[in-house]
Amino acid sequence: MLAARLLAFGVATFALLVSTLAGASPVRLWHAYRGEEQRALEALVASGAAGEVELLAVPSDAFAAKLGAAIPLGEGPDLFIDAHERLGDYVRQGLVAELPFDPAAFAPSAVRGVTLAGRTYGIPLSRKCVALYVNRDLVLSHPEWLEDLASSVRSPLASGYVLLAYENRSAYYHAPWLTAFGGELLAEGDRFGFVGERAERSLELAKNWLDRGWVPSNADGALVAQLFRSGRAAFAISGPWLAGDLHSESLRYDVVPLPKVRVTGLVMRPMLTIEAVMASPRGARRPEALKLATWLASREAAGERMRRAHVVSARTDVELPADPVLRGFSAAADSAVPMPTSTAMRAVWEPSEKAIRKVLNGTLDPRSALREAQRRFDDVRRPPPPPASRTPLVIAIGAALIAAALALVRRARDPVFRAEVRASVPAYRYVIHAALVLVLLVFGPLCAGAAISLTAGRPGDSVYVGLANFWAILSARGGPLFASGSFYCVLAVTVAWTLLNVACHLALGLTLGVLLSRPVLRMKAVYRVLLILPWAVPSYVTALAWKGMFHRQFGAVTALLLRARAFGVDVEPIDWFARFSTAFAANVATNVWLGFPFMMVVTMAAMTSLPREVLEAAEVDGATRWQRFTKIVVPLVRPSMIPAVALGAVWTFNMFNVVFLVSGGEPDGQTDILVSEAYRWAFTRQAQYGYAAAYSVLIFGLLFGATRLSDWFRRKAPL
Amino acid sequence: MLLAAVAFALYPVLWVVALAFSSHQTPEPRLLPLPEGPTLAHVREVVGAGRHLADGQEQWLFGRQLLNSLAVSTAAAVVGILIAIPAAYALARFTFVGKRAGVSALLATQMFPAVASAIPLYIVLDALHLLDSRMGLVLCYSTTSVPFAIFQLRAAFEAIPVDLEEAAMVDGATRFEAFIRVVLPAARPAIAVTALFAFMSAYNEFILAATLLGKEEMFTLPVVLQRYIGEHDANWPAFAAGALLVSAPVMALFYWAQRHLVAGLTAGAVKG
Repeated sequence: MLAARLLAFGVATFALLVSTLAGASPVRLWHAYRGEEQRALEALVASGAAGEVELLAVPSDAFAAKLGAAIPLGEGPDLFIDAHERLGDYVRQGLVAELPFDPAAFAPSAVRGVTLAGRTYGIPLSRKCVALYVNRDLVLSHPEWLEDLASSVRSPLASGYVLLAYENRSAYYHAPWLTAFGGELLAEGDRFGFVGERAERSLELAKNWLDRGWVPSNADGALVAQLFRSGRAAFAISGPWLAGDLHSESLRYDVVPLPKVRVTGLVMRPMLTIEAVMASPRGARRPEALKLATWLASREAAGERMRRAHVVSARTDVELPADPVLRGFSAAADSAVPMPTSTAMRAVWEPSEKAIRKVLNGTLDPRSALREAQRRFDDVRRPPPPPASRTPLVIAIGAALIAAALALVRRARDPVFRAEVRASVPAYRYVIHAALVLVLLVFGPLCAGAAISLTAGRPGDSVYVGLANFWAILSARGGPLFASGSFYCVLAVTVAWTLLNVACHLALGLTLGVLLSRPVLRMKAVYRVLLILPWAVPSYVTALAWKGMFHRQFGAVTALLLRARAFGVDVEPIDWFARFSTAFAANVATNVWLGFPFMMVVTMAAMTSLPREVLEAAEVDGATRWQRFTKIVVPLVRPSMIPAVALGAVWTFNMFNVVFLVSGGEPDGQTDILVSEAYRWAFTRQAQYGYAAAYSVLIFGLLFGATRLSDWFRRKAPL
Repeated sequence: MLLAAVAFALYPVLWVVALAFSSHQTPEPRLLPLPEGPTLAHVREVVGAGRHLADGQEQWLFGRQLLNSLAVSTAAAVVGILIAIPAAYALARFTFVGKRAGVSALLATQMFPAVASAIPLYIVLDALHLLDSRMGLVLCYSTTSVPFAIFQLRAAFEAIPVDLEEAAMVDGATRFEAFIRVVLPAARPAIAVTALFAFMSAYNEFILAATLLGKEEMFTLPVVLQRYIGEHDANWPAFAAGALLVSAPVMALFYWAQRHLVAGLTAGAVKG
């Protein structure tokens, strides 16, 4: 008894000690800066002016997810630096605390950006937006009007050169074109703004520029950077990140605010991102964290950051250095429109970009495309299903538990079963640890994830809705059952995708595996190592290399087609991602490439258990190579290949990376598979985690059903 | 045939190589992936990556992160295999109550998209005080690779004739000794391949590592590589250089592992 009390006392003292120590721990600051900005921040923190700081550079892809996982458990940072447009989500999830500051010295747009419902959540650090880059070697004067860009070029541009490089398929980059016609992406009251005459005219203009060949087609950020850096673009629309790339080049260029559009007389206003230092609820309670936040946003720190990292400060009382690029961006930021913080903005991007792409590809006229976009936006934004009563769930779980208990009791009384269990004890000794670990770390989290499928709403304010999510998915959200993007349509694509991939993986992997297992092969190790390269190199970069190879203007496949033309074969460069068939083919090619080494290696392992005598005997008996392969090798390796094939099929079914990175679901989401749909619901469409989880549960159900079915067939008719 | 396959396997990788070693890039349709203005700058950038410390010193991190990656993945592969081997053996050789349910449940774990379980895992590791530790990561990775490992090894064990163990047991070995002395050596190729697989899946994993780790000196290489991709732009050449560096140990490991893929091991053993 005394010992227990002593122990309790000891634990309490220890806890107290830990909490006091935690109070003295350095301020934790997370950021996603890279390059110059990271170095500038590190240097600021290292100067020690604001006490002890623990910096963590997080990949921007993982930033929001990491905050969402860590802060609710009190494990996260005290402060973090992020873009203001995420604030709507963060406030809702309770990840960020109010952070009052004196707004006098800051740009009004920056203060507006961090203000939600009259409260400020973060102190603005910098302002970022896109501006017009001008290549001075190609351009005579800085045109004031967009329409004069073409005539301000020194001499007609040769082939391989473009007038204006920008990512014309992205809604972020289209926004300035829209504002030049007086439009906006998100209208007041969280309504879809990218619709109506203004929006249509902006799209017509963008399409016109593409059709004239003034703008590169299918440009992503890397291509825009390459074009401008190599001096092949007279103008480019890009942000400060491009300038960071140009330091080492001998390129002579200027940065100026975006021009005006003559037909309306309005200036193209880009979207403004305000980077602010924000405080987690814990950080907001720590004076030393608040001191650091205030200091990072101070005039001194802002000047230092501007000098080192060339970013425009959110303060107005910092003297601009003589740097012309910085001055250009500063002027551009003054005319930019802050990105809305409303969570509705998240639902704007995807429908808008689908509409932009359809118009640029010429598959739809602006009016129809934009109306479709509005329908999509409204569909995603429709209110969550009403909260359901928990009673059916409780009853269902209760009934299941009682039934299970009854069954258990009945079986426990059965002497045969008891004998069986007793006989199983030695086997249990071999599996118990695996079962324990799996239950704790695999089944537990999966069930927790699956439970989310019964809720709706965003994290922070989700409610139990019963099976409403499942019903919405299975009824194709009330639309036609087989419309593009409906569950059934995506399912068909996914099944085709899985079958095709697994067939190719197996054919290629089996053939190569058998070839590489021949005992007489010379340089076997070299072949083997070279052939697993697709598996060894991280797929993120190789998938993008494949995407690059399929680029319409600059890809290697296009180069191949051009080369073929020299030999009299008449082929036109194809826009691979404009049609379903070609986009799907590109995805499959990439995934086959990524996946065959796995099958190959598994085949090689399976081949080792083949009795060599049988093969030799068959050879002596005069069996051809093909006969030996089909009659002996395949049946013998089959048992060891089946698990790999089954799991390979499951993995391919859920192969998110390739679809996301190569086609990105283009055209119009037609090449999306179920997992990438689920991902979009979770991350790009309003963070509807419940809905995404319902997708996951359905995927699980489908796969489970399919494997049971194939098991059953195999037992009925063993092949 | 093999040469064509090698060309197919190599071509996209060569683009990555070209990207990693180019000092500049001209957008032009090209057939041959040759680096333009060959340079080692990107490799140096990736390898030399570090951070400033409060005392103005620069701390070198790449080496440490490479070691993290190797240590975590190796440990995950070893732990995963150690967990999987007895379980797979039991599934291959014993009949027991709950076996079929167990197998279905095991297969089922592979069917649920993994993205959903990151936050629950975070909570579990937090409860175990294993956040921010390599141990926690090893635990996660080894368990995720266990289901596949069990399936693969079970098939391998089933392919080994029972006579082998029975012969050993007749000679006086216990079942466990027979398993260790006879079955495991015969299953060497499958174990090597399964270990390689477990290693690879841990080695390339990014989401969990980025979510669970909170210190840069703990980061594994995929997290570090992902840092080269920003929200608006990406340092592709550095990313490509990093990707190639990351894959080098894998190739070396595979070169080592493939020597275990020697045909006819079991065949010889049966006869003897």
